Amino acid sequence: MQRLDYIAKRLVMAIFVLISVSIVTFIIARVVPSNPAAAWVGPHPTKEQIEKATIELGLDQPLYTQYLRYMEGIVRGDLGTSVTTRQPILTDIKTFLPATLELVLAGMLIAIVIGIPLGVLSGANKGSLLDHLTRLVSIAGVSMPAFLLGLLLQMFFFRQLGLLPLGARLSTEVSLANPIETVTGMYIIDSALTGNWVAFQDASKHILLPALALATYPIGLAIRMTRSTMIEVLNEKYIQAARISGIKERTILFVLALKNAIVPTLNALGLAFVYSLTGAILIEVIFSWPGLGNYVTNAVLSVDFPVIVSVTLIMTVFYILINLFLDILQAMIDPRVTLQ
Amino acid sequence: MTTAISDLEVSIDEIPERKRISEYRLMWNAFRRDPLALLSIFILFVFILGAIFAPFLTPYPEQGLGDPNILEKFSPPSLQHPLGTDYLGRDVTARILYGGRSSLAIGFLVVFVAVIIGVPLGAISGFYGGWIDNLIMRITDIFLAFPPLLLAIALAAALGSNFINTMIAISFTWWPWYARLVRSQTLSLRERSFIEAARSIGVPDWKIITTHVLPNVMTPVMVQATMDLGSAILIGAAVSFIGLGVQPPTADWGTMISVGRIYFLERPWYAGSAGIAIFLVVLAFNLLGDAVRDAADPRTRRAVDIGR
Repeated sequence: MQRLDYIAKRLVMAIFVLISVSIVTFIIARVVPSNPAAAWVGPHPTKEQIEKATIELGLDQPLYTQYLRYMEGIVRGDLGTSVTTRQPILTDIKTFLPATLELVLAGMLIAIVIGIPLGVLSGANKGSLLDHLTRLVSIAGVSMPAFLLGLLLQMFFFRQLGLLPLGARLSTEVSLANPIETVTGMYIIDSALTGNWVAFQDASKHILLPALALATYPIGLAIRMTRSTMIEVLNEKYIQAARISGIKERTILFVLALKNAIVPTLNALGLAFVYSLTGAILIEVIFSWPGLGNYVTNAVLSVDFPVIVSVTLIMTVFYILINLFLDILQAMIDPRVTLQ
Repeated sequence: MTTAISDLEVSIDEIPERKRISEYRLMWNAFRRDPLALLSIFILFVFILGAIFAPFLTPYPEQGLGDPNILEKFSPPSLQHPLGTDYLGRDVTARILYGGRSSLAIGFLVVFVAVIIGVPLGAISGFYGGWIDNLIMRITDIFLAFPPLLLAIALAAALGSNFINTMIAISFTWWPWYARLVRSQTLSLRERSFIEAARSIGVPDWKIITTHVLPNVMTPVMVQATMDLGSAILIGAAVSFIGLGVQPPTADWGTMISVGRIYFLERPWYAGSAGIAIFLVVLAFNLLGDAVRDAADPRTRRAVDIGR
């Protein structure tokens, strides 16, 4: 009952936040710029274009009417047209979103697979050389600017070793010879699903470096969180009891202790996931990864204001929904959080 | 075995005087002994002084400010140009020193503004509760809902790209954290008896907040602010990297990486130096924040000599 209460409250809050976010985005789009019509049309607008935009956007109308028209457009799926690609922005977003999702998911996967075990071992062997090294890695991870790491990885793996490609999702030869059928839009999943192993290998090679660069911050975070909760948990009596009754150390660590340490870590990972959404912007630019981040950056460079505003809105909505999902998930796993 | 009371008598004059040790003194003592903390302070000193005294530290101050030097463009590190030159021939060391002004300033200003706005709002929110609390918390919810970089980008795009606007845009995303932090601290503080005592003798609310509440919530704020300085610099660099921050020819570490990355594989010294500068500064702030937090928490503060 308490869980449902909490979930219901969270849902209401999320709806409130969604509406407010749309208002804020609207204000940024229409009220903040000194000349909203010109901003909408793009660089070097002509007088007719400005007039046309003024009527189209209803800028002569009172603000709340404008807001209603704005919301009406959004609900219909009309986010405006990109000044640069000349496509409806919604289409552009649908094209680029899976690429960003794939990248972020890959990064999180790497972070979990590397970060959590390292955190467990580090916490279990507190004070050892492994511990100090791991802590160094984790602090470097959260301090390292993603763009620097991306560049360094490119320099090392591409330039020096020639092992991994420089950027993009697929090499041109492979995309021409073994094109991937679109199922989810995520190349790794699609190529695996359709048995296209050549493309699968190629896509994996392409995603490795950017995902690694993206994963450094979450890895650092995961190590720190897992380590500190491990240290706390390992001091508990039931761990000592388990040791005395002869259970193998490895089982104790990775089964008993980890299960109890996992919740704050998942919390931190949730934060890391949403952080990655923004970190992906920079990584995409460096690796020429055709995702939303690249799209927004190009929009900034070409002063494509409608795109900037719309992508902000969409990504924020996404962000809110993911946070909501994580909160509910956490409430399901550990009802104690509902007590707040 | 009884002891006569007279045997226990000690003259008042013989009891040694102990100075009252303030919390900050204890923190400072613990802090002093942490080698990582001292290392981070050293690193930050180097960069901050370098940024402030940039014109005197480099033989090429005009290049730092932007004058090109095409003849020497793209030279690798050498004796005259320890970090090489950039795509316009400007000395990279000078650019890094001058760039520090922009990048570091954004970090400090953003955190400063966020604290100035967030802390009082959080204190008011926690202290009064009721509809003020609700209102302020809803507003923080809204701002916290935006992915930080995106809101900064959207605001900077709408306002125009320069230093002040970037700073405003990023501060907008930052203050809610402080409001939340201070609010939860204030909530637990409010129940304490000294607050109740002060109210009952008629001390006005604003005085209670400024003299009792705020000093007690400052410690977690200090810890958070120190770590946030690093993140603020990182986000500032990210905004410049995308193209929305300070515009050329002003030097800025983020723009240096963005421009230099195209040449990075052949000529890494330009983007590389800027990237390493950012990394060192952020690392230093993170280590510092950790050290401040360890020093502030009496549980983790290692046993220290109560100084004489």
